[in-house]
Amino acid sequence: MAESLFGANRQMAVDENLKIELGKQGVFVTTIQELYNWGRRSSIWPMQFGLACCAIEMIATTMARYDLARFGSEVFRPSPRQADLMIISGTVTKKMAPQVVRLYNQMAEPRYVIAMGACAISGGPFKQGYNVLKGIDRYIPVDVHIPGCPPRPEALIQAFMTLQKKIDGQHLTGEERPRHLDEQAPGEFPVPEFGEHDLDPPSNPGTWTVPKIIQ
Amino acid sequence: MKSVEEIKSAIEAAVPGATVSVVPNPAPTAQHSLLIGAERAIQIAEFLRDDGELALDFLSNVTGVDWLDKEISEKVKVTRQVPKSVDGVEQIVEETVEETRKRVELGYLEAVYHLYSVAKKHGPVVVRLRTANRTDQVELPSLTPIWRSAEFQEREIFDLFGIVFTGHPDLRRILMWDEFKDHPMRRDYVEPDDFEYEPTPHDEVLKRAQEHKAKVAAGEAIQ
Repeated sequence: MAESLFGANRQMAVDENLKIELGKQGVFVTTIQELYNWGRRSSIWPMQFGLACCAIEMIATTMARYDLARFGSEVFRPSPRQADLMIISGTVTKKMAPQVVRLYNQMAEPRYVIAMGACAISGGPFKQGYNVLKGIDRYIPVDVHIPGCPPRPEALIQAFMTLQKKIDGQHLTGEERPRHLDEQAPGEFPVPEFGEHDLDPPSNPGTWTVPKIIQ
Repeated sequence: MKSVEEIKSAIEAAVPGATVSVVPNPAPTAQHSLLIGAERAIQIAEFLRDDGELALDFLSNVTGVDWLDKEISEKVKVTRQVPKSVDGVEQIVEETVEETRKRVELGYLEAVYHLYSVAKKHGPVVVRLRTANRTDQVELPSLTPIWRSAEFQEREIFDLFGIVFTGHPDLRRILMWDEFKDHPMRRDYVEPDDFEYEPTPHDEVLKRAQEHKAKVAAGEAIQ
């Protein structure tokens, strides 16, 4: 997968072999895109908020044993204005969902979302309940989903590495450029309102459509 | 500790006009409970807490129960007069017929309080309160003024079962949002239709998912 992510990125002005050769001579050659993506992926600051038991695993990931600082993500920010990454760590109840979307709206671009654990990606064991949202991707775009109940810290680290690869493979121009470089892309996502029986709307059709089940 | 029958007679002696009955529990635990009338509930609760021998100073748990309307069919023997021709002559003859009659026993909502005594180290004493029905007369006196620990649990019962506790200091929904109209723990509650994506449906979920598909096909739901 890494090949396909990096592959397109490598067709640059400088030939790969020439770059290595220049490196041997003490000359460092790079592109703006490479430098920009390297900067973005190397200090993804997560937002400091936890929703349920997955948050305990998230805390463990940041501590000495698993040491998230190795990935430049140890600085958990208590404000959405300073954060790059939202880790949806746990069950999103319908009562909490509007606040989660509002916090996401308050984050500055470029911003990323990791949906951590069974509840955040689908509702998990509470899927058929009346009070739990069946996956946060109904309202906000999710970059990485991690299954597990709860996922182990290694799984969260894997999600960070996947996200870093995703950022590394992004082009700054063209059709596939990231959202923050696309003026047409939506910057604010509609916050659901508390209805009489359910959240209104029950999902954001711009972000989420019913996945097709292939049998 | 006193048995439930003894507690019942103690309450009746101490609180004039109190209606108390014993609800037996046939299980091996034999944890019988006391059904008390709502109109004297405050005085009864006060007595249970302040009585020297019972001293039920700790309310451990309050919970709600929803009892649906029950349809009872019973066979009754009825005599009625039937016209009949006997030997070619029209006569009115009395006949006894067995008839099945159906009547509906109104359902009710119930609040169950589990009381203990920290001072006397005994309990639990289970006290029940019932509403008149489960639609419009759903009021019960709040026991929060007697046991403060009832506050949040009575709010939860108000939220999920819809029992209105009169005299409660702060009766608001506690789990669901304020705009919410339903009472999810009632047995006739219908959850919102968000069964659009069920990868592994079965039983009730399969039924709801199929209903949702039919709705989408009919154009009543978007996706």
